[in-house]
Amino acid sequence: MSGVPAEMGLMLSALLFVLGLIGVLARRNLIMILMSLEVMLNATGLAFIVAGSKWGQADGQVLFLLVLTLAAAEVGIGLGLALQIFHRFKTLDADSINQMQG
Amino acid sequence: MFNLLVWVPIIPLLGFLLLVFYGGRLAKGRGALIGVGSVGISALLVALIGFEFLQGSMAPYRLTLASWIVSGELSIPFGFYLDALSVTMLFVVTGVGFLIHLYAAEFMEEDAGYARFFAYMNLFVAAMLVLVLADNLMLLYLGWEGVGLGSYLLIGFWYQNPDNGYAARKAFVMTRVGDTALALGMFLLFTELHTLDIQSLLGRAQSQWSPGSLLPIVAAALLLGGAVGKSAQLPLQTWLPDAMAGPTPVSALIHAATMVTAGVYLIARTHALFELAPPVQYTVAGIGSITLLMAGCSALVQTDIKRILAYSTISQIGYMFLALGVGAWSAAIFHLLTHAFFKALLFLAAGAVIFSFHHEHDIFRMGGLRKAMPLAFWSFMIGSAALTALPFTSGYYSKHEILLAAYAASPLLWVAGCLGALITGIYSFRLVFVVFFGKPAQEIDKTIGGRMRIPLLLLSVLALCGGLLKIPLESVFPALSEQNPGHSDALVSIITLAAPILGVTIAVLFYLAGTYSAANFVNLQWARRINRLLLTGWGLDATYHFVLIRPFKILAALNKDDEVDKLYLGIAGLSLQLHRAASATQTGRIRWYASSMAWGAVVVLAIGLLS
Repeated sequence: MSGVPAEMGLMLSALLFVLGLIGVLARRNLIMILMSLEVMLNATGLAFIVAGSKWGQADGQVLFLLVLTLAAAEVGIGLGLALQIFHRFKTLDADSINQMQG
Repeated sequence: MFNLLVWVPIIPLLGFLLLVFYGGRLAKGRGALIGVGSVGISALLVALIGFEFLQGSMAPYRLTLASWIVSGELSIPFGFYLDALSVTMLFVVTGVGFLIHLYAAEFMEEDAGYARFFAYMNLFVAAMLVLVLADNLMLLYLGWEGVGLGSYLLIGFWYQNPDNGYAARKAFVMTRVGDTALALGMFLLFTELHTLDIQSLLGRAQSQWSPGSLLPIVAAALLLGGAVGKSAQLPLQTWLPDAMAGPTPVSALIHAATMVTAGVYLIARTHALFELAPPVQYTVAGIGSITLLMAGCSALVQTDIKRILAYSTISQIGYMFLALGVGAWSAAIFHLLTHAFFKALLFLAAGAVIFSFHHEHDIFRMGGLRKAMPLAFWSFMIGSAALTALPFTSGYYSKHEILLAAYAASPLLWVAGCLGALITGIYSFRLVFVVFFGKPAQEIDKTIGGRMRIPLLLLSVLALCGGLLKIPLESVFPALSEQNPGHSDALVSIITLAAPILGVTIAVLFYLAGTYSAANFVNLQWARRINRLLLTGWGLDATYHFVLIRPFKILAALNKDDEVDKLYLGIAGLSLQLHRAASATQTGRIRWYASSMAWGAVVVLAIGLLS
């Protein structure tokens, strides 16, 4: 249970989170945005695991399971929406679908 | 018997409501039947009650119907008060009112607003009856405003002509100036004496206030302000000549017989208060005598038949004020009564002339109507004789009494009154001679029917013999304190008697015999200037325009952008700008939202870490 210090784990987690955030902000394709969101979710999950191992508690892993469930649900709905959007607008460019209708 | 008093104002009010709600659907005859009938029933009730009252002990009778306003020590009931004064006023309002309604039934027959006319007239009569019957000042004020409303509605009856609407608004606003003073007087009386009931108010005033102290003077002056506005006295008289824009029966009822005398009634009703304030009482006499001279002079040069009568009304009410001012209370009410008879008669006769003579108002386009309209001619003769106070007509008894009482108070007031009587003689017979004598100008185009003849006949009789009616007002008013005016100087009596006769003689010389002619003066510069001044009622309208209306308009123009409002407009503008800024962030771009969330999170974290 030792070897990797908690600081390094948290640094990795933060790095992943920022990478994911940059992906969300920079990418225009909805699928890529959803994937970047997954990266961000996993970064938080990693932070929970690191913290759990640091204090020797199972709560971190429990919370990771929760994050996984959330990610699954999010992907389910997100892909569904992406499918509908493509169906309607024939594009997945997030910037070109900025008009609300009805 | 006296319980029937309740119905006296209520029946005309019911008539008003019926005509307002169903008037449009009723046949013409029905509408007139309701309008005239309701006042007729009232008159009948008043006759019953009045004779019972006069034959009885004449003790004041009180009738409380319901309570109106109760708040703390303020308690105002719908209460009526019957004494010799209100009985006199009831006779005038319902009796003369009924005759005028009957006359109007024919006069207004061709008018499209027949039912509307009677609705307004009934409303007016109901309000006037409330005014004279009220036992407290608040209820009196209700009637006071009610008659003002009726007057407004009826002056502007032919509302398609904007001038009539202007005249109506002018009358309403000018009287409102006086009404404000009256309301202030009421507030003062209530805060000082803690009651608005007129009888207990006067009793408390007499026991708590010493004569000539400040409070009664202020209170009486405020009440006088109300009376001056309503009764068209100096300086608020300019609305009355313009009020002639209304139909002639309206002028007869409201602007001659009843409403304009409400001020006289108010002062007579609160006479105990005025006795506590001698300076105000002198003012009343002064206002009366100046007004009677000013209005009399104006009447001399008018050419519109109704305007002559309007100025004459102002002048005669001036006599009533003079009488009130010198403490001849019952003479004032007596003149009110006789004036109601002969002035209503004159207006109705003038209405008959106008009705039959192509709706012409200018007396110099009439002439020689004596043969064509004998009834109108004799009505005019009798009315003018009574107005001039020729001996043994009704006006003689009342005016003579006033002038002698004025002499007892101050010879100066008497001189003004006698001069006024002289002028009255000139202008009233100028009117008669110009309209009824001379060469016939045109044929008449309509003759008057029975409903117009009967009121003329009855009012002629009243104008002739009304002086014999002795209303026993001694139960209400204190007797004249000075020596009995009946036994004053013989010379004074003779001059008082001679003044009007001299006036008539002058009128004969100028307008009948043609010995002298007003045409001689037409080319003189100063005569034309005076004529112009008198024709416009001493230029009071122009003065008010210059002193009040113009500065107000200038101020209004200065504040056109409404400086005060700018604060509120600024707040509205600011919120609009904030709204624009906030809505600019709603771009619909997901990545913009996400980045703002990210930046927000950074800021929140930074705040959390750094603090």
